[in-house]
Amino acid sequence: MSADDQFYREYILDHYKNPRNYGRLDHADITHEENNPLCGDVVGMDFLVKDGVIEDIRFHGRGCAISQASASLLTERLKGLSLDDARKITKEDVLGELGIDISPARIKCALLPLKVLKVGAYGLAADDDEDEE
Amino acid sequence: MYDVAAVRRDFPIFDNGLAYLDSANTSQRPRQVTGAMMEYFEKFNSNIHRAAYHIAEEATERYEGTREKVRAFINAASTKEIIYTRGTTEAINLVAYSWGRANVHPGDLIVLTIFDHHSNIVPWQILAQANGATIEYVDIDERGELRQDQFRDLLERQPRLVAFSHVSNALGTINPIEEMVALAKKAGATVLVDGAQGAPHQGVDVRALGCDFYAFSGHKMLGPTGAGILYGRRELLEHMQPFMAGGDMIKTVRVEGTTYHDLPWKFEAGTQAIAEVIGLGAAVDYLTELGMDNVREHEREITEYAYEALSEIDGLTMYGPPPSRRAGVISFSLDGIHPHDLATIADRDQVCLRAGHHCAMPLMTRLNVPATARASFYVYTQKDEVDRLVGSIKEAQRIFK
Repeated sequence: MSADDQFYREYILDHYKNPRNYGRLDHADITHEENNPLCGDVVGMDFLVKDGVIEDIRFHGRGCAISQASASLLTERLKGLSLDDARKITKEDVLGELGIDISPARIKCALLPLKVLKVGAYGLAADDDEDEE
Repeated sequence: MYDVAAVRRDFPIFDNGLAYLDSANTSQRPRQVTGAMMEYFEKFNSNIHRAAYHIAEEATERYEGTREKVRAFINAASTKEIIYTRGTTEAINLVAYSWGRANVHPGDLIVLTIFDHHSNIVPWQILAQANGATIEYVDIDERGELRQDQFRDLLERQPRLVAFSHVSNALGTINPIEEMVALAKKAGATVLVDGAQGAPHQGVDVRALGCDFYAFSGHKMLGPTGAGILYGRRELLEHMQPFMAGGDMIKTVRVEGTTYHDLPWKFEAGTQAIAEVIGLGAAVDYLTELGMDNVREHEREITEYAYEALSEIDGLTMYGPPPSRRAGVISFSLDGIHPHDLATIADRDQVCLRAGHHCAMPLMTRLNVPATARASFYVYTQKDEVDRLVGSIKEAQRIFK
């Protein structure tokens, strides 16, 4: 494999090794955690919401580089965003932001953080994001 | 002298440089197996046991011929004791439903192990719940071997059923099954051995072993998916009710009731996986020709080589016993690198590696790891494939450093 490998781009590794918004919030308005039982990946998020806007956000969890980097990237995007706008984030947005070609077996890793957002913030069924695979 | 290069030539999948280290998951199939199946499809494709024309007789003969090959392979007393199933999972479910529902009673104890495959745990959990039995799990020690002291203590409570694997699919631990079966039988238990990782890799003699049931899958021993074996002692099978009902398992059907077919067909309802069973027969022939002692010796050698190579890598933790006490399976983890990331990087080098919980979630919980990477070996594995795995691991460490 070459050094400039498509899959493990530098910024994905950077988000994995130095995750942004990592940790917990003491007085979160929304707290939700999801896991992928197949590989043991866990991602949880705490949201601080004021006037419909995500004022602060933290994530925690463990797992592969894809799930953890995807969580880190998503929190960066969510911070300061209104819940209405956050709701519009799609799978394609998340995968686009990762910017890599993800095999079917790893899609669940990449989309786990989005599932945390959707189920946690909007109470959408956990299966919602499984139909397009 | 075992000629792995010659063996490899029988497996077309290796023609393009694939390193396949996931045989505990499913094995590859040699030309002899796919050829036997193709011959059925192209020359005598027909249903068995009923048609009066010659190609159906040929199909029936080949299909039933596998039974004798399997009987000899595991040294069962009779072909009546060889039941075709779709695989190990179905074989265990057959016993859990057919024998279990009738013989496990409220308050009975079932003894399992913490490192068994889900297929040898969940059917018993369902049975225990339905019939009011309790389950105890034998733990492992720090080497990844079953705690025999605890096993003995549990046997004193006179379990109705004891079920354990011949070889742990996640750790590769070879259980001392001769001793464990003898102790469990002495305690009055019915004993099932999950041989999914056993029979494909070493010689098995069910009569010497003395177990009541031994289950294994064709697809882990060079055969196709969809054909597996339940060995059962005849006395038990005779008294068991059918698992599935329908065509082929009956003798006569009247509106007042039905009489069932004799063994082994009593347990084979519906149109069978004819080509797959024929393929399994060819796989047994292939392994018999290699010689199971040679197979075991080859795997032991490769496992030792891999164990040595992996133990030289910093930040790598292996789980399970030393190579002398394990089959061709090595589970491991890398500091700071998730097994799935390693498997993805290995895949880019055409190295097939398993990452996950290996259908042994109670064990993963016990080891306190979410998942492990697993390399497993078989008759065609060569040292070069292990070297390539080492290369992928080092590449992953370089990327993630």
